[in-house]
Amino acid sequence: MKKNKPLISANDLSRFYGQVRAIENVSFVLPHGEILGLLGPNGAGKSTTMQIICGVIAANNGSVNIAGYDIQDAPQQAKQNIGFLPEQLPLYNDLTVDEYLFYTAKLRGVKKVNLSEKVTSCKKRCGLETSGNRLIQNLSKGYKQRVGIAQAIIHTPAVIILDEPTSGLDPKQILEIRKLMLELSIDHSIMLSTHILSEVEAICDRVLIINNGSIVLDQYLKELLANGDSLESTFMRLTEDSNQ
Amino acid sequence: MINNIILIAGNELRRFFKSPLAWVILALVQFLVAIFFYVPLITYLQPASVASGLTDAVVSTMYGFAAYIILMISPLITMRLIAEERQLGTIKLLFSSPITITEIVLGKFFGITIFYMLILILITLMPASLLFGTHLDLGQVASAFIGLLLLMTSIASIGLFLSSLTNSPAIAAISTFGVLFFLLIITIGGTNSSLKTAEIVSYLSLVSHYNNFLSGLFNSIDIFYYIILTIFFIILCIWRLDTERIYG
Repeated sequence: MKKNKPLISANDLSRFYGQVRAIENVSFVLPHGEILGLLGPNGAGKSTTMQIICGVIAANNGSVNIAGYDIQDAPQQAKQNIGFLPEQLPLYNDLTVDEYLFYTAKLRGVKKVNLSEKVTSCKKRCGLETSGNRLIQNLSKGYKQRVGIAQAIIHTPAVIILDEPTSGLDPKQILEIRKLMLELSIDHSIMLSTHILSEVEAICDRVLIINNGSIVLDQYLKELLANGDSLESTFMRLTEDSNQ
Repeated sequence: MINNIILIAGNELRRFFKSPLAWVILALVQFLVAIFFYVPLITYLQPASVASGLTDAVVSTMYGFAAYIILMISPLITMRLIAEERQLGTIKLLFSSPITITEIVLGKFFGITIFYMLILILITLMPASLLFGTHLDLGQVASAFIGLLLLMTSIASIGLFLSSLTNSPAIAAISTFGVLFFLLIITIGGTNSSLKTAEIVSYLSLVSHYNNFLSGLFNSIDIFYYIILTIFFIILCIWRLDTERIYG
């Protein structure tokens, strides 16, 4: 894995659900150490794009390359380099936090010798040190979100993909999660989707706006703001003709 | 490959035993089968009894009824397997992990098969208790044991496949019940007719092959019937999940 190679490169991704077009010709790259914000109205294709990149669903067209591995040709190696937090938290409510994290760590191929060390350090990172023995169903929404993020980073993947990581959280929790994401971005690349424009402004390096299944903007936030545009006005202008 | 299957099977079992459902099922099956063990035993002990032998009269009868009870209760055992993963959204966790769909399906299958084996061992303790006081035809008992195990694996794979078709465990349960009940009652259709089709229908029945095991007939055809049925539905389940990734 070379440092200068992009961690994610998506080429001409298209996906149809029956006759309905979810995304068409979506291409972008995510280099090392960047936080990429994926914006778009509801139903624009954000979740579909993320799920294709993680190999949860397959694209009808196009290819995804993760850290040098094609998601279709070498799914095992590619998926070892991804941590994915879907919009609906993938939690087993009847397990404790420890049981759940050990299980997901093993699923993601963490070696037995590193197992308890990884789980401990991951819990520390996500502020779950004291919650190990609690049942997931008894946790608050904010803590469930932390467990969700913990399962995505437990195997220290190169890329972390988070689908609306701060939805439904209170302002304090949102700030905590943002802080966590900034910490993670030191040694991981992050791609996140959100509806909160200020969140993108706060933490993202680059912004990708997707509308009606196509990418309408792919720009560094600095460049965008240097042009005198605000993110909000750009977003509104580009998503004017949204189907929703 | 093997490690991942064991991992998923282990998680399946662990989560199943965390719910009261697993314990209730174990208790209920044990109680119901015990009735069909106790009643033939008491009848056999009557002085006027004309039964052929203890193994035939008690043990085979018990295993025979146990199959019906398991057929009835199975939808509740297998309904959650994949439907619930979908409902919880954890299927995305599995799909985004570096494991194959085959490993997921086989893990689920073996996990639930271990639960079925537990049921089987618990109910076998009842005829085994007779060994303290009398002799049994151990060959016939073993044949019934293996027959029921094979029947259970095919029931498990049918339930697993039907659970992969929906995201609601309730729908998985009711459709599994329908399919198993159909495969049960086509025996009746097969016995009361002289038509050629009746023979075929009866051949397809889950129970007609099991009856051979009960009478101690260890036929390779019956073994293959269950093994093929099991593998067939496991493959269908793998295909179904694969298709979902591509088209769903």
